[in-house]
Amino acid sequence: MQKSSRFVFSALCFGFAFLYIPILVLIAFSFNQSAITSVWGGFSLRWYTALFNNEQIIEAALLSLKIAATSATFATILGTMAGLALTQIGRYRGRLIFTGLIAAPLVMPEVITGLSLLLMFVSLQELIGWPLSRGAGTITIAHITFSMAYVAVIVQSRLSSMDQSLQEAAMDLGGRPTQVAFDITLPLIAPSMLSGWLLAFTLSLDDLVIASFTSGAGASTLPMVIFSKIKLGVTPDINALATLIIGTVSIGIMIASWVMFRQSKRN
Amino acid sequence: MNNENTIKANQSAKPYVAETPWLDPEAVPFIQIKGLSKQFDDFSAVDNVDLNIYKGELFTILGGSGCGKSTLLRMLAGFETPNAGQIIIDGIDMANIPAYDRPINMMFQSYAVFPHMTVEQNISYGLKKDKLAKAEIATRVKDMLELVQLSELAKRKPNQLSGGQRQRVALARALIKQPKVLLLDEPLAALDKKLREQTQFELINLQYELGITFVVVTHDQEEAMTLSTRVAVMDAGKFIQIDTPTQVYESPHNRFVANFFGTINFFNATVLSTDPEAQTLTAQLEKTGTQLEAKAEGRFSASDEVTIAVRPEKISVSQERPEGDHLTITKGTVEDLAYYGNRSVYRVRSQSGRIIQVSAQNNQRSEQLVLEWDDEVYLSWDSSCNVVLSE
Amino acid sequence: MSDSKRVLTKTYHQPLGDKLWRNFVIGIPYFWLLLFFLAPFAIVFKISFATPIVAQPPFTPLFDFTANASQWLLATWDNYRFLTEDNLYWVSYFKSIKTAAISTLICLLIGYPMAYGIARATSTTRNILLMLVILPFWTSFLLRVYAWMGLLGKNGIVNSLLMNMGLIDSPLQMLYTDMAVYLGIVYTYIPFMILPLYATLEKMDPSLHDAAADLGAKPWQTFIDVTLPLSMPGIIAGSLLVFIPAIGEYVIPALLGGIDSLMIGRTLYDEFFVNRDWPLASAVATILLIIVVIPIMLFQRSQQEQE
Repeated sequence: MQKSSRFVFSALCFGFAFLYIPILVLIAFSFNQSAITSVWGGFSLRWYTALFNNEQIIEAALLSLKIAATSATFATILGTMAGLALTQIGRYRGRLIFTGLIAAPLVMPEVITGLSLLLMFVSLQELIGWPLSRGAGTITIAHITFSMAYVAVIVQSRLSSMDQSLQEAAMDLGGRPTQVAFDITLPLIAPSMLSGWLLAFTLSLDDLVIASFTSGAGASTLPMVIFSKIKLGVTPDINALATLIIGTVSIGIMIASWVMFRQSKRN
Repeated sequence: MNNENTIKANQSAKPYVAETPWLDPEAVPFIQIKGLSKQFDDFSAVDNVDLNIYKGELFTILGGSGCGKSTLLRMLAGFETPNAGQIIIDGIDMANIPAYDRPINMMFQSYAVFPHMTVEQNISYGLKKDKLAKAEIATRVKDMLELVQLSELAKRKPNQLSGGQRQRVALARALIKQPKVLLLDEPLAALDKKLREQTQFELINLQYELGITFVVVTHDQEEAMTLSTRVAVMDAGKFIQIDTPTQVYESPHNRFVANFFGTINFFNATVLSTDPEAQTLTAQLEKTGTQLEAKAEGRFSASDEVTIAVRPEKISVSQERPEGDHLTITKGTVEDLAYYGNRSVYRVRSQSGRIIQVSAQNNQRSEQLVLEWDDEVYLSWDSSCNVVLSE
Repeated sequence: MSDSKRVLTKTYHQPLGDKLWRNFVIGIPYFWLLLFFLAPFAIVFKISFATPIVAQPPFTPLFDFTANASQWLLATWDNYRFLTEDNLYWVSYFKSIKTAAISTLICLLIGYPMAYGIARATSTTRNILLMLVILPFWTSFLLRVYAWMGLLGKNGIVNSLLMNMGLIDSPLQMLYTDMAVYLGIVYTYIPFMILPLYATLEKMDPSLHDAAADLGAKPWQTFIDVTLPLSMPGIIAGSLLVFIPAIGEYVIPALLGGIDSLMIGRTLYDEFFVNRDWPLASAVATILLIIVVIPIMLFQRSQQEQE
């Protein structure tokens, strides 16, 4: 028993070191004075200053945030409906196809999703003249499509673990399906909708491949700008950008899990 | 080891076991537990416990949840390491023997039947780990399947079995290793009421036939009463009383044990006088002043505050004042009654204002109730039914 | 008085609104996915039979209704024929599958003991460890791959560390190799392996382990006989969650792989953006889809079995 638990313990240590050392090194070197990324030349914030003076990056970041917020919101609405359709409504025609349509975007290679959406947009434009041009709008649609699947899965798992009799009780007391959905179901799944929104937001903010396919000439999202810069090698201002993003996300996640932990303890 | 029909061989070559070895000062205990303790953080689950269990016993450890009974069982099996104390089984100290090498097997509360193996694979698992010859495993599994009546289901997976069948798989899987001791963790808890009664008798018969020492852990007092040769009542990591089922029921040592087994009426009383020779005492009930006699060992003396305990079924109800020697008699009105078919339970308010519970057999056929609400009745019981408790 | 014998029966009609609500909840997301997820595949399939031209859009239509009856269908197998004839595509597909398989295996080897350790931990520690597994997943994927560029480069941190310690004289070529691609895939996808494994291991009744030990199995035997087979659903789900996206991976081979690391995702991307051959890219995508459709269906089946 002792021997096996020591093995598991060292595996955990190794695994987490593997997961975190690259990130920590990246963060440390974002404060490096030197422009050579492997040599420590003293503490400095110069790359942060350089970052904030880089208009291209700032502009791309704003565009990405805008796309992420919009697509996350729509993905949450559609994903919640999909989650309800998968768990709350019994049998209907095409349910099996629907289940497949929800699960497939989760694992579909990005290049396929990206290419197929682009060709769809091109064909639609030919047929009905919409969308007029490709850019933020088409990226948003693409992001809604794949992130709604994630929201649906999160909402679905919450719904299926929920006590079904709560809704039956509401129905028994005279609630119409619509009223039950808004009075009982939605408040109960609100936390999972929130985590769905957050996940959709990060997925959108993070996406490079699908955005590259579905974007037009003008619109460049933050990952697209980063990618074109780092393809040529390591640049310290991207280290600074990475530190900012990772820091913000980590603090956000830690606060969120702390709040959830407190709540679960109170219950 | 004789390979053929070891189980049957065991039956015929069953060694002589005294009916009540715990009364024999010469008898050597089969399982000796000495000063056993187990702490989890600050919590003492098992607290300096001593226990002797004899060969061939069907010994039950009874207690509520969190009393330490499961921890004790897990220490016997080797899943928990004691903080202090010794476990000796058949003369061997178990301290450094890991669970997989102990001559002990367990039937788990959840049965822990491996879901990915068939009934047959489950039952043969332990023998395979002992690296027995294939042919021997095959014959022993076949015999065991017959013994627990699962031969037809040998190829089934556990999710195709009923709860009772899964329980038999778990039992067979443990028994086939011919352990010195079989541990059973809440063996009947997961079964429904009908099946429970039937299984109870099957377990007793099996234990009798195989002569294996059984240690059962349960929270169910009825299960403990019907199964065991002896019962140890456990609370807060300690044994409160270790006796035969009849002893713990009829002569509980204190209120805790008396309450644990069914319902009982308690009266506060003061000892008036004792008779050391006849081992009886006379006491006066606190409120009514009724005087009564009771059997008691010499541990009480005059003016001691004691509790008199009487089981509801020992009390007779009648509308006329009963006559007879050695009777304790009191008067009251029926306040509540419940009809159970075979018996009726009355809650009678005595003159002192307290409620006395009475359970009466309905030994006459009548479509009317014998007694009605608000009837004036006499309650009487034989003095020998009075149990004197010090607390 | 004769009326009293008549029984009045009224039929209850479900209000129209209730039905509308139901159709609305199913219909809208269904329609969205049909339009933006399923239909696009049909278009990819269609275009894979077209001929590339220099125009906007850069391919020919499949149907020409102005032509005479025998020639109106302009579909061509040329793209697929080209795929089979050019060695490049065979190599790409094979390399993708190989890379995905090796990375999945490494993920499993690292992820299993981690998931096991997390499942065995006390509930507070467990929550913290789970959060630590999920946390990198929320931070930018691109930047996490980028972090390895800084570590593995010729002038990277690993090389300078090794040289300072005197273990090597000249920098090792670590970046732009297959190893770097494996590392990158394992690094980014390992949470997908750990989480389903954790879920099955955590659900497992701990008394099953006790029972195996009780019946005489040593710890490693308990693992082989009980833990491993019972965690199979988690192993399958986790492996597919790593394997499927890894096959089509573009970013990791593009950033960490060498010029010759021709994974199919990268080939498709280049075919589309560099060569602007949309029909050929569509054909590549169609074949890729056929390759991943089997593991995707396996994944869906394993998910349904879980339910």
